[in-house]
Amino acid sequence: MAERQYVKIFTRFERFWHWSQALLVLALLFTGARLHGLIGGMYWGQAFRLHLIAAGLIILLWIFAIFWHFTTGAWQHYIPTLRNLVPVIRYYAYGIFRGEAHPAKPTIHRKHNPLQRLSYLFLKLVINPAIWATGILYLTVNLTGLDLQTVAWLHVVSAYAMAIFVVIHVYMATTGDTPTAYVKAMTTGYEWVVVEEDAAGG
Amino acid sequence: MKHGDLSSALLDASRHVDVHMSPEGAGMVCVDCHVGNRHEWPGSRYHGTISDTSRQRPGMRNTDILACNSCHTSAPHEALSVKGSKLNDHIDRVACQTCHIPEFAKGGVATKTWWDWSTAGKLKDGKPYSEVDENGRDIYLTIKGDFRWGEDVVPEYEFWDGIVEYTLLGDKIDPSGIVGINRIGGGPDQPGSLIFPFKRMLGKQAYDEINQYLIQSNVYGPEGDTALWSNYNWDKALSAGMAGSDLPYSGKFGFVETEMWWPTTHMVAPANEALKCSACHARDGRLAKLAGFYLPGRDGFTLTDRIGLWLLAMTLAGVALHAGLRILSRRRDNREG
Ligand code: HEC
Ligand code: HEC
Ligand code: HEC
Ligand code: HEC
Repeated sequence: MAERQYVKIFTRFERFWHWSQALLVLALLFTGARLHGLIGGMYWGQAFRLHLIAAGLIILLWIFAIFWHFTTGAWQHYIPTLRNLVPVIRYYAYGIFRGEAHPAKPTIHRKHNPLQRLSYLFLKLVINPAIWATGILYLTVNLTGLDLQTVAWLHVVSAYAMAIFVVIHVYMATTGDTPTAYVKAMTTGYEWVVVEEDAAGG
Repeated sequence: MKHGDLSSALLDASRHVDVHMSPEGAGMVCVDCHVGNRHEWPGSRYHGTISDTSRQRPGMRNTDILACNSCHTSAPHEALSVKGSKLNDHIDRVACQTCHIPEFAKGGVATKTWWDWSTAGKLKDGKPYSEVDENGRDIYLTIKGDFRWGEDVVPEYEFWDGIVEYTLLGDKIDPSGIVGINRIGGGPDQPGSLIFPFKRMLGKQAYDEINQYLIQSNVYGPEGDTALWSNYNWDKALSAGMAGSDLPYSGKFGFVETEMWWPTTHMVAPANEALKCSACHARDGRLAKLAGFYLPGRDGFTLTDRIGLWLLAMTLAGVALHAGLRILSRRRDNREG
């Protein structure tokens, strides 16, 4: 096995992007649930205002993030791969209970395992754009004359998908060597990773 | 006052009672709004103008038509703010009055909300009498029946296209339900209809049980002994009243419950008293009973919400199960060394 080193794998921007996105997504989920009448705890008008502020900020953040991914080439971390996918799924379904080693430990060149790649790609290419697009349609529904109920439905369905993503994602974050290892890595930027000399995995 | 929104309280109103007519507000008088080009008085109970759709020229008012947007334009709220532009988005669906007249019968002048003619004619010691409530308002009069009053009344909301149809003398009625003295046109899918606030006046009135129509009585008249107000006898008063019409009267009468819709358009409150979002965008809000359209915050998607919440719950359960197994297996591993 290759040597493992404690190195910085998440840049300052990535960490800022991750945590501010997390905060905004949670704010949007809760204010959205309030707007949809699922929970109480806040005036509807207040929830509406916060929802729009958070939505505006997250769109701004996404624009920066997309720009960042392309200028730094970080988008390559999301290219889907089938290599090692089955072992990773098998690991989470079985091996993890047997104390087996993770079949795809992160390397500098592969920060995400194949399952992560797939799920983040799904988030970035399906859930996020769906929320974004239906949200903009919702905001402008009076201009476009679209059917309010249909637009609201699409937005709500995307929101459920996002909520489910968040639950799984937060849980997966506890499956590192210790329950807080991944969270620490995302906070400090440093993680024990395999430093390959040959960059073959890249 | 039968009108809930026109009363003596307007003559020296506070801003709370009426922003337009209050001396502390715009200090307007009736004719500031009700100006007629051809000596007509815009503003009718038969055909209301819920919105001025005539072409608007800056600074000019089309005085043939009277509506709130004749003066305020159809986008009166700050278009550059999120709140204001969203409020403006409501105008194709919600009338100005709905948000800006949260209550009527303000300023300490109550409005009649119930008038039951059926109890008229009772005598005490052979004499007509009256009863008043603790505020000095008539609640019973031998000549008119029972009354109920309301102050600061929350309106009823309905879609309205501005058209009011009256039940005319001789129109067939269905006495098993509440009979409309008038009916308002419009509906959620009818173009030009807006959600509008109304005073819904309820009561009981006489009808012909055989011919099934509302009938008129002779309440006051030179004939003297046939008038309700001089002999308190419904039989005679109704016979005399109907004799004055072209309609037959069977002689058998009863009383039906009636309703009448009064559009509310005066007593505009100051802007800071306008309805808050949550007055409507809530399950039990003011529009709770109004069906036929999607209202965020009031309406969910029953099936979608059930499936969505179920999937979310299943995800949480799956995650909890996975976590539980991890903890168990770790313990076992530790024991096994
Ligand atoms: C701020 C402007 C404004 C002022 C001031 C005003 N009105 Fe009106 N009034 C309206 C509007 C708008 C309508 C509805 C017009 C329509 O439906 O065509 C209306 C309708 C009416 C109607 C017919 C509908 C009904 O409710 O029966 C009457 C009667 C009326 N007004 C009387 C008055 C009197 C009396 C005053 C003074 C005490 C007055 N108005 C002051 C704006 C005003
Ligand atoms: C004849 C013109 C005219 C008509 C018709 C009219 N208004 Fe006004 N309105 C005014 C004027 C003038 C003011 C005072 C403006 C000010 O003080 O800033 C005013 C003020 C207001 C305000 C602001 C009060 C505040 O707190 O600042 C509201 C709300 C309002 N009107 C709503 C309505 C509604 C609702 C209707 C229809 C029932 C209506 N207006 C009809 C002329 C009109
Ligand atoms: C969905 C509710 C709603 C509807 C419909 C509505 N308003 Fe308003 N309006 C408000 C609220 C709330 C405010 C207070 C705005 C604020 O606090 O920023 C307001 C403020 C105003 C003001 C004061 C403007 C200012 O900037 O202070 C005027 C004038 C006014 N409305 C007129 C109208 C007229 C005329 C219509 C119909 C064409 C109308 N409104 C329809 C809710 C509504
Ligand atoms: C008088 C009741 C009422 C009040 C008060 C009210 N709304 Fe609404 N709102 C409605 C109705 C009715 C609809 C549905 C409109 C339609 O079918 O086009 C609606 C729709 C909406 C929508 C979705 C459609 C669109 O055009 O965007 C939003 C967002 C909204 N309201 C925001 C607000 C906000 C924010 C406030 C407070 C500042 C508010 N509403 C106050 C009645 C109200």
